[in-house]
Amino acid sequence: MALNWTRYASPASFHPLAGKLIPWFGWGAAVLAAIGLWLGFAVAPTDFQQGEVYRIIFIHVPSAWMSMFLYVVMAFWGALLLAFNTRLSGMMAQAIAPTGALMTFLALWTGALWGRPTWGTYWAWDARMTSELILLFLYLGIIALRQAIGEARRADRACAVLSLVGVVNIPIIYYSVQWWNTLHQGASVKPTGSSMEATMLWGMLVMSFAFWFYAIAVVLSRVRSIMLERERSAAWVAALPEVGSAR
Amino acid sequence: MAATAPPGVEAAFGAGGDGALAGLRWAVARDLRLAMRSRAELGVQLLFYVIVVALFPLSMTPERNLLATMGPGVLWVAALLASLLSLPRLFATDHADGTLEQIALSPYPLEALIAGKVLAHWLTTGLPVALLAPLLALQYYLDGESVGVLVAGLLLGTPILSLLGAVGAALTLGLRGGGGSLLALLILPLYVPVLIFGAGAVDSVRAGLGATANLSLLGAGLALALVGTPFAAAAAVRIALD
Repeated sequence: MALNWTRYASPASFHPLAGKLIPWFGWGAAVLAAIGLWLGFAVAPTDFQQGEVYRIIFIHVPSAWMSMFLYVVMAFWGALLLAFNTRLSGMMAQAIAPTGALMTFLALWTGALWGRPTWGTYWAWDARMTSELILLFLYLGIIALRQAIGEARRADRACAVLSLVGVVNIPIIYYSVQWWNTLHQGASVKPTGSSMEATMLWGMLVMSFAFWFYAIAVVLSRVRSIMLERERSAAWVAALPEVGSAR
Repeated sequence: MAATAPPGVEAAFGAGGDGALAGLRWAVARDLRLAMRSRAELGVQLLFYVIVVALFPLSMTPERNLLATMGPGVLWVAALLASLLSLPRLFATDHADGTLEQIALSPYPLEALIAGKVLAHWLTTGLPVALLAPLLALQYYLDGESVGVLVAGLLLGTPILSLLGAVGAALTLGLRGGGGSLLALLILPLYVPVLIFGAGAVDSVRAGLGATANLSLLGAGLALALVGTPFAAAAAVRIALD
C-alpha cells in the first residue's frame, strides 16, 4: 500500500486524520496507564532498599524520557519547517511545546518527591536534575518567544531556530554537568534498569508507552485547535460540518 | 566558474571566499568604529562587571577560603551578565534606524557580516572582560595558576557567549517590551555549558587535577559555535526583517 504522506502536510487533510487518530491514542493511553499502574502498584514487589517509595518511578521515569524525547521531536518539526516551509510543521512544534514543558515539570516534581525520603533532600545540584531544569527553561523560553512575537509565521520560524540551537545543547548540558558534578560531590545514583526486577521494568515500559500515547493524543488535539485558529478564514474550515452547524 | 561569470557579477559579489572575508572585514571595521565613538557605553559595561564582582564579598563574610572557592564562579557569572547586557547593542540600534535591512540587502553574505559584527562585539566586551579578570581575581585571593586558567577560559568562552548571544539578540529584534528579560530567558540556559566548563577549569586546577579537559571542551564549544551560530543568527535576522 503506497501512502502519499505529503498529502497530510496540508492542514485541510490533516485535520480530519488527526481527529480520527485522537480517540485511538487517547484510549490507548488510558488502557496502558491502567495496566502500567496495576503492574507498578499491585504486581511489582517492594524494593528491599527503598521500600514502597520507589514506586514513583512509574511516573517519574516515563515523564523524564518524554521530556527529552518531545524536545527532539519539536526540534525535528522545526527543522522540517525551515527546510520545506510547510505550515503544519510549525503548528506541530507549537503544539508539542506545552506538553514537553509539562513532562519536564512532572519529572522535576516527582523527582523532588522521590528525593526527599531516599536522599533526604528535595533538591540537589545533581547532573540529571540540573540538566532537566535547563530543559524546562529551554521549553519556557520557546513558549515565551512565541507569545512575544504574536505573528504566527514569524513565531514558527523563530521558535524553530531557537529549538534547533537548543537541541545541540541538550547532550552538551547533560554530559558537562555530569563531569562538573564529579568534582563537587558524588550524588546518589538512581537504580539502573539492569538491576531491576522484571515486573518493575515492564511496569515502567508500559507506563512510558502510556505517556507517549497521551502526548500524541494531546498534541494532535492541540494542533487541531491551532489549525482552526490560524486558518479560520480558509475555505476548508468553513466547509467543516461542525463549523457549518454552529452558524 | 568565476571566469565565465559576467564581469559585473564578480564585481558585485566578489570572488567566492573573498566576498565573505571582505564582508567580515567591513563589518568588524564599521562596528569597531561605532563602538569607539561611544566609548563611555563600553566603560559603563566594564564598570558593571567590576561592580557585580565586588557585590559578592560585601554580601557575606569575606573569608579568604570561601572567596577563593567562589571566585571563579562569581567572575564567570558576572562575565555572562556583562555579555547579556551588551547584546542589544549588536543589532537593535541598526534595526531601529533601518541600517540592518540595508546590511541584509548588501551583496556580501549576511552570515559573514554577522560574524564580523559578533567579532567586533567580542573585541569590545568579551576581550576587555577577560583582560580585566586577573585584577578582580586578586580580590578573591586566587593564586597565579588559577588566574592564568581563568583568563584562558574567558578568552575561549566569551567568544561563545557573543556568538550564542547574537542568535538570541536577532530572535528578539523588535519585539514588544524590547525583549530584555525575554533575551535573558532565551540565552542564559544556552550559556550554562560555558559557565560550567569555564568555572570548572579553575576548580579542577585548584583541586590539583589540571584544566586541560575543561579548556579543551571550551575550545570544542567555540569551534562548534563558530561554525553553527553565524548561520542561525543570519536566519534569525532574516526572520526578523521579513
